[in-house]
Amino acid sequence: MNAAEWRPRIRRGIVLRWDGVRESDILLMPERVVVLNPQAGQILRLCDGTRTAADISTILAERFPNAPVATEVPTFLRRIQDQGWFA
Amino acid sequence: MIRPPWALLAEVTHACPLHCPYCSNPLQLVRRSAELGTADWARVLDEAGELGVVQAHISGGEPLLRPDLTEIVTAADRAGIYTQLVTSGVGLTANRLAELTTAGLNSVQLSVQDATPARSDHIAGRDSFDDKCRAAAIIREADLPFGLNIVLHRLNLDHLDDIIRLAVTWGADRVELANTQFYGWALRNRRALMPGQDQLAAARETVAAWQKRLGGVPELIWVLPDWADGVAKPCMGGWGTTSVTVAPDGTALPCPAASSIDGLDAPNVRDLPLRWIWEESAAFGRYRGTAWMPEPCRSCPSKETDFGGCRCQAYALTGDAARTDPACRLSPDHHLVQPTPGTAPLTYRMPQ
Repeated sequence: MNAAEWRPRIRRGIVLRWDGVRESDILLMPERVVVLNPQAGQILRLCDGTRTAADISTILAERFPNAPVATEVPTFLRRIQDQGWFA
Repeated sequence: MIRPPWALLAEVTHACPLHCPYCSNPLQLVRRSAELGTADWARVLDEAGELGVVQAHISGGEPLLRPDLTEIVTAADRAGIYTQLVTSGVGLTANRLAELTTAGLNSVQLSVQDATPARSDHIAGRDSFDDKCRAAAIIREADLPFGLNIVLHRLNLDHLDDIIRLAVTWGADRVELANTQFYGWALRNRRALMPGQDQLAAARETVAAWQKRLGGVPELIWVLPDWADGVAKPCMGGWGTTSVTVAPDGTALPCPAASSIDGLDAPNVRDLPLRWIWEESAAFGRYRGTAWMPEPCRSCPSKETDFGGCRCQAYALTGDAARTDPACRLSPDHHLVQPTPGTAPLTYRMPQ
């Protein structure tokens, strides 16, 4: 999908929240809990359906100037898409 | 350090319009007058969230029979807990589901007993298939994640093709094809419900063919019974490690079937905080970890994977909850789980 047009959003029925007990972001869905690493949590918190995939990469590149955002963020978003966790 | 539980099974009532002969509720059902009240459930959910629970199955019996179900769901949502309503579908209306969804309900699991009205109603012990059909449409219309659960046994395994077709027609997202585990009511009905190995083998092929055809939509989950392949299951992800069950009367259990274990002295949420129950109680510590294990578990490389299997099944079949689960092919009691299918009348689940 075109990064300038795709506005990823977590699917209805899946909840992203901070788990204060385990100090991690988690994804909750039927019969399943996914514990996210800090990077994954940062990316998914930007996937609210208003920002394009390109916007998300830009924001993260500003936050983490030394990280390989341009390659890793699109790969991660595709993985989440393949899991069926986006709307 | 004892790690916190992920999940809560909230059995809010044992009352149920159905009488399924494989029901996982205990033979001694809790009376309605002994059930926890709304405030108790709200407190338990709050304590569960504090402790680390992030998922709750709101189950029963039939949870829709609780007039305060919306308040219970609200309390779970307030505690940050993801909720799944586990229902027979009897009594589910669009209005009721809308009210529950507004309160924070996240997903629904519906049960069905077989693919046709006559067969499904025969297992359920009452007319209910048409209600389930309507419930499926209501869940789909509400656009909630929709799980369909079918407990499989001798009387419906040969209809698996039709059952999966029904699940696709009803629009389920996830289909649990769960072979009967024999404790509680199912143990009482073992002779009538125990399938033959040939039935299981054919069913397994049917599922594999559908999985290939459907490509994951809906997702088909095939839950093989432990006795069939001689591999014990890590019951509840390990005793006191993953999940806590609260029975309708407030009894807290490491497994929903554990109320049958004599001398467990299960604590009650009416008397004690859930954190103490999880971290300090003798009942939750009793089979946690591996130190309690007898041989052949003690020296087995699988002991950290299967945790010795199911304590309740060991108790039900051998009278000793600390023995190796007879489902394991290495158990000296393994002969106790060998299939002995036959025909027998069904004993329907009823208050005793």
